[in-house]
Amino acid sequence: MTIKDRFGKWREEIYGKAVARFPERKKEFKTSYGETVEPVYIPSCEEETYLETRGFPGLYPYTRGVQPTMYRGRLWTMRQYAGFGTAEESNKRYKYLLENGQTGLSVAFDLPTQIGYDSDHPMSDGEVGKVGVAIDSLKDMEILFDGIPLGNVSTSMTINSTASVLLAMYIAVAEKQGFSADKLNGTIQNDILKEYIARGTYRFPPKPSMRLITDIFEFCANHVPKWNTISISGYHIREAGSNAVQEVAFTLADGIAYVDAAIKAGLDVDVFAPRLSFFFNAHNNLLEEVAKFRAARRLWSEIMKDRFNAENPKSQMLRFHTQTAGCTLTAQQPDNNIVRVAIQTLAATLGGTQSLHTNSRDEALALPTEESVRVALRTQQIIGHESGIADTVDPLAGSYYVESLTDSIYEKAKKYIAKIDELGGMVEAIEKGFVQQEVQDSAYHYQMAVENGDEVVVGVNKFQMKETPPSNLLKVDPAIQASQIKKINEVKKERDNDLVKRSLEDIRKAAQTGENLMPQIVEAVKAYATLGEITGTMQEVFGEHKESVVL
Amino acid sequence: MSSKIRVLIAKPGLDGHDRGAKFVARALRDAGMEVIYTGLRQTPESIANTAIQEDVDAVGMSILSGAHNTLLPKVVQLLKEKGADNILVFGGGVIPESDIPYLKEHGVKAVFTPGTPSEEFVSFIKENVKKNES
Repeated sequence: MTIKDRFGKWREEIYGKAVARFPERKKEFKTSYGETVEPVYIPSCEEETYLETRGFPGLYPYTRGVQPTMYRGRLWTMRQYAGFGTAEESNKRYKYLLENGQTGLSVAFDLPTQIGYDSDHPMSDGEVGKVGVAIDSLKDMEILFDGIPLGNVSTSMTINSTASVLLAMYIAVAEKQGFSADKLNGTIQNDILKEYIARGTYRFPPKPSMRLITDIFEFCANHVPKWNTISISGYHIREAGSNAVQEVAFTLADGIAYVDAAIKAGLDVDVFAPRLSFFFNAHNNLLEEVAKFRAARRLWSEIMKDRFNAENPKSQMLRFHTQTAGCTLTAQQPDNNIVRVAIQTLAATLGGTQSLHTNSRDEALALPTEESVRVALRTQQIIGHESGIADTVDPLAGSYYVESLTDSIYEKAKKYIAKIDELGGMVEAIEKGFVQQEVQDSAYHYQMAVENGDEVVVGVNKFQMKETPPSNLLKVDPAIQASQIKKINEVKKERDNDLVKRSLEDIRKAAQTGENLMPQIVEAVKAYATLGEITGTMQEVFGEHKESVVL
Repeated sequence: MSSKIRVLIAKPGLDGHDRGAKFVARALRDAGMEVIYTGLRQTPESIANTAIQEDVDAVGMSILSGAHNTLLPKVVQLLKEKGADNILVFGGGVIPESDIPYLKEHGVKAVFTPGTPSEEFVSFIKENVKKNES
């Protein structure tokens, strides 16, 4: 009798009888993407398919990890996303995090900066300094990194439609500190497609936005070779309510669109693809999430090898940053969030992430305080140094359940990508509203399941208690907008306004002719042209994106 | 005119988090209301104008960026200036408890924070819109 036969017998005789006598907790157990979870899993991965579908760490198809030693060599980079208010305040927070053992910086910008409005623009009213730091000109960027030698840290910047301008400012500040661009390490998010799907900080329409991205790829390959030029992000797609399969499928489909665009722009895949990186969500379903990361690595390596003929192993490796799932945090009983974040940290690290941001317990209420950020960072340190999960590579491999989920997420994501290909690719699928609709349907069904109690959220729809409203929340001073406006006016008085005018004209010309925009943007920021002036000039040529509303 | 309650769901400011707004819009529609959703990045002026043009009974605004104290009272004030202060205004999103009294003083009738069951905002709208009619 084979294992399968014996298993059938067990199911019928032993399991079947038990369920008949004692019904299970739920009629059906399901994954986030609606697949039935079996009561128990048996070996499925045969020896002959192992090498093709799993391989070994550091080898194609990288299911088990992109490096041979993983965390035995070095733990993941612990990188807390931070920034609020003025450049001065954020600079202080970065120094605090570095002193507490953080190993990389991650800059949060306010919404006007992310969309390209100066703090004195009417659209910026009420938003200045709120969800991140306000940057109007190079002056603010100089203050932001004051006393932090940019040649010695790696910095991640969450910036998309205006990534070209903020990267140019970073290069300019580093140069003033004495570091040339080829010494710089870091990442810009620069993933505009998911802004149209989920995050909303777009400015220009898709086509010119894609062109800006390929300009950055080309410029960095020549001048900032160690920079990660894009962080293709599923994080926000998941936050918008997608399930695990959709997160993988839509993120990799975005990746395909960028690689396509870059190849069409004449770039060599094995020159730019090693600098592509990804950004995923770590949700509550621990084992499903671990499988998700493994499936994503396998699928991406196959796409790069088979679809794009990439030969450089670095082009085939899916390297990724992870953030714990903000949408799982509850305003109710906020200390429970520490536990959720610890589980999600395990999901990310058992899944082989390269870097991680852990959310703070109070983030469903406000921006995190220093103390709660410290607990979040300590959570990573405890798991990294005390739990033992970092002592061997891909420790959950061979779990029948995890391996089965890895296969099913891989297969289902692949089918989604085929569907997007049929629609004409990701840009078209987004323009048609297909992706947004899929995500929204998942979000709605999940929320309804919470409402009718099928999904339990501890402290929200079960185990509630009376609470006093939390105190000690971080509040951003509304006077920041006025102080930023004052700074802009000073900069505009002190700078060489003729030079600014000429540099903005150069940007306009490059935007019109199709010549790479990056060198002109670098010149403009060095002349202290503001972010709003530069973005506004580009908008005059590129136009502004209008959302097609899907309900 | 239909007798259905008409609601405008709007995203003021630059915040792109629309999961909550879209859920509320869909839940209100499922509860039998007519719902108009503005999409992202609306100014207070455009929200007030749309509310009046669409002749809605209520305006719900969702905001997660922290700009609520600036933007929500502005919409209330604009509706008042345009003679449309009969329109019920409510808000939702990541809004600290301590800011809610300020918003209520400035004409925002209710603020629904994360975790609110849909029953709660549906019945709030039904009750308060009825009051205006009688």
